[in-house]
Amino acid sequence: MGNPSKMRASLKDGVVEVKALMQHAMENGRRKDEAGNLVPAWYITDVKFQHGDRTVLEIQLGTPVSKNPLMGFRFKGGKVGEKVTLSWVDNRGDTRSDVVAIG
Amino acid sequence: MRRSENKTIDVARRKVLKTGGGLGLLGVFTALGLTSLPAWAGVKRAAFEAKSLGEALDAMGGIVPLESAKIILTAPEIAENGAEVSITVESMFPRTEQISILVDKNPTALAANFTFPQGTEGYISTRIKMAQTSKLVVLVKAEGKYYRVSREVKVTGGGC
Repeated sequence: MGNPSKMRASLKDGVVEVKALMQHAMENGRRKDEAGNLVPAWYITDVKFQHGDRTVLEIQLGTPVSKNPLMGFRFKGGKVGEKVTLSWVDNRGDTRSDVVAIG
Repeated sequence: MRRSENKTIDVARRKVLKTGGGLGLLGVFTALGLTSLPAWAGVKRAAFEAKSLGEALDAMGGIVPLESAKIILTAPEIAENGAEVSITVESMFPRTEQISILVDKNPTALAANFTFPQGTEGYISTRIKMAQTSKLVVLVKAEGKYYRVSREVKVTGGGC
């Protein structure tokens, strides 16, 4: 159960703009710690955004995505007060879901 | 009978562990009842292991993308911090199905693949890691065809 994501969804001219910041180390498996030991790969592999029950974006991620992944996108058909859900899963099977109302 | 069943399960389990997130996510989404997109939407997970642009295109199904001016890629000319390179991609194709971000000279080339259902605009903004100065390539799939745009980004402080 990872740390909470920060997310904003704002409606403008019929288009909802979503900006989300997930909290994750996104370790690529090649970095060494201070003791010189290799830090194992640990990264988000899949992200899904939903507007109600409808999927509005699916993302597959590799290790070249920056630490604390930032994702912005736009979709049509959302109204103020409706919910946007962000769910992710990482390569260890940890998951996290966060919800925000369209503002 | 029982033994062979166990074996099947064991093989399936190993496969899940081996392929990692892709199938794991499917399991999670199935559990949550979130199966609105087919499980095979997107690219094969193996494409994320590709060591170069060429290998990644092969792993994505032997893609030969056409150069296109309908993809607007915004990225810095010089990135002082390769660990956080901000990019935005806007596709002018009316029905953009997929956008993929690749960095030719990263240890693994494919950074992310975005799959767009109908109603979602062909636009993304994100931050990626670049290990060194490299060609940044964006692929767009629209109406079943692949297009690309590329840009050299000079990295003065590596981060990967």
